Amino acid sequence: MSVTKKDVENIASLARLKFNDEELENFTHQLNQILSYVEKLNELNTENVEPLSHPVENNNVFRSDELKTSVTTEEALKNAPDRTEEFFKAPKVINQE
Amino acid sequence: MLSYKNHTEKISLLKEGKITLRENVSFFLERIQKYSHLNAYNFIFDDCLHQADLIGKKIKDGNAGKLAGIVVAIKDVLALKDRPLTCSSNILKNFQSIYTATAVQKLIDEDAIIIGKTNCDEFAMGSSNENSAFGAVLNPIDNSRVPGGSSGGSAVAVAAYLCDVSLGTDTGGSIRQPAAFCGIYGLKPTYGRISRFGLTAFASSFDTIGPFARSIEDIALVLSVISEYDEKDSTSQNIYAPDFSTNLNSNKKFKIGLPKEYFAEGLNEETRNAIFEKVEQLKKDGYEIIDIQLPHTEYSIATYYILTTAEASSNLARFDGARYGYRSKQSGNLIDMYVNSRSEGFGLEVKRRIMLGTYVLSAGYYDAYYRKAQKVRRLLKQDFDKAFEKVDIILTPTTPTTAFKIGEKSNDPLEMYLSDIYTTSANLAGIPGINIPIAKDKEGLPIGMQLMAKQFDEKILLEFGKYLEKNFN
Repeated sequence: MSVTKKDVENIASLARLKFNDEELENFTHQLNQILSYVEKLNELNTENVEPLSHPVENNNVFRSDELKTSVTTEEALKNAPDRTEEFFKAPKVINQE
Repeated sequence: MLSYKNHTEKISLLKEGKITLRENVSFFLERIQKYSHLNAYNFIFDDCLHQADLIGKKIKDGNAGKLAGIVVAIKDVLALKDRPLTCSSNILKNFQSIYTATAVQKLIDEDAIIIGKTNCDEFAMGSSNENSAFGAVLNPIDNSRVPGGSSGGSAVAVAAYLCDVSLGTDTGGSIRQPAAFCGIYGLKPTYGRISRFGLTAFASSFDTIGPFARSIEDIALVLSVISEYDEKDSTSQNIYAPDFSTNLNSNKKFKIGLPKEYFAEGLNEETRNAIFEKVEQLKKDGYEIIDIQLPHTEYSIATYYILTTAEASSNLARFDGARYGYRSKQSGNLIDMYVNSRSEGFGLEVKRRIMLGTYVLSAGYYDAYYRKAQKVRRLLKQDFDKAFEKVDIILTPTTPTTAFKIGEKSNDPLEMYLSDIYTTSANLAGIPGINIPIAKDKEGLPIGMQLMAKQFDEKILLEFGKYLEKNFN
């Protein structure tokens, strides 16, 4: 499988990133290089192999549903790029022209 | 350089009044200034002399903790409350932690002195410490060479005597490889041995926290302190952690396996010879050396880069300019805020990995890449399971070459990725691994040997590591 510059642009938009033309060219080349290397995995027959998602296989970890204190509002807002008294402030989401 | 070789000796000197903690901390602070061109630290904490006085008094009064007065540097991906946490990225340039990582808190609870935070590859993505918003870190042995990465600053801080010990993180070799390039000890523990709470996530099913030190004793001591189940990390294991410091001199004759795949093409001749010279000595010393096979080794890098970039693309989605971190001035609407904050904030290698990860997780490719790699991950783990039926320890080189030149691989991501060839497997299988400095090449650059053991078997790595330290150094 290989990717085109157009594919790379699509991936960028999925990843919420943007690149100039030169960067897109570079990424197209490099991603193809990396993807052709990882094609290697197709040499292996893995039909009856269970995927491994975690190296130490665990059962689900549960805890009791108890009310505990967490960070304060002030702490949570400490690193906010923009805020009001009690909320994060972000650009308007709805009713845009 | 210092009048002690490990922390036990340091404590004795402090108790006998032969050194004071204030002088000791000042010594490190002066050296950090003198060697500032190495660029090992992102931040130095100005209250460490005050800490030295407080802990010095505790030692005198006889009520100090296990790590009393040990001077520690921590990688700048670990949280320490009210201190900067940047991950060496512009996207977190002004970020201050609102809580402390469990591993770091455990050090503080035992009266360690945190002297500062070390430089690293951005979000721990890299093998050379060239991908940092704070600039590259230099190898202290040869300043034209890389120190390795991603925990390059933590390795250099220990190798250049800019602290006693340090914490790094290892997702695919980021402790063992810089330890090898800088000629020190560096341990990647079993996945789940140490809580990841407060460690900025790169690839959550691979990330581990571990120590760098100039002696096996100090590695064991720090590991003992930071190993514990933590309910704040559901992947941390509720498993017995022995006191890793006891019985280090067991001299037990462990069965040692040599996987032929780790000595194949691509391994530097001098490194190979240095390793085999030690292996011959071990045979003479009565160790049983067994040839073993890890047949899927050649697939480890491909598997590793598919799975870790997938996890990274998902983990790094949280950096969106909304709640913390950098927000672009060009944030007229929500999408622009996301796109511009991320595009201006992340460095090139991080973007490359987010792109690759997004691609392998995208509709139509998920099965071909991500799921396929998860299956191969199981095959790789089964290789190790089988090998450990026959041997206690697997012995390999840590890296195919000694430290490479700055800039040598920075334009070729695939070649850079391939430099992790011997280290990624331990993260794929979740097993512990340690770098043992064993020799120097013609140019005086350190050569490292890697030892790996079964999950949660760090103890035997330290016992065997101690034997090597005593007999081969």
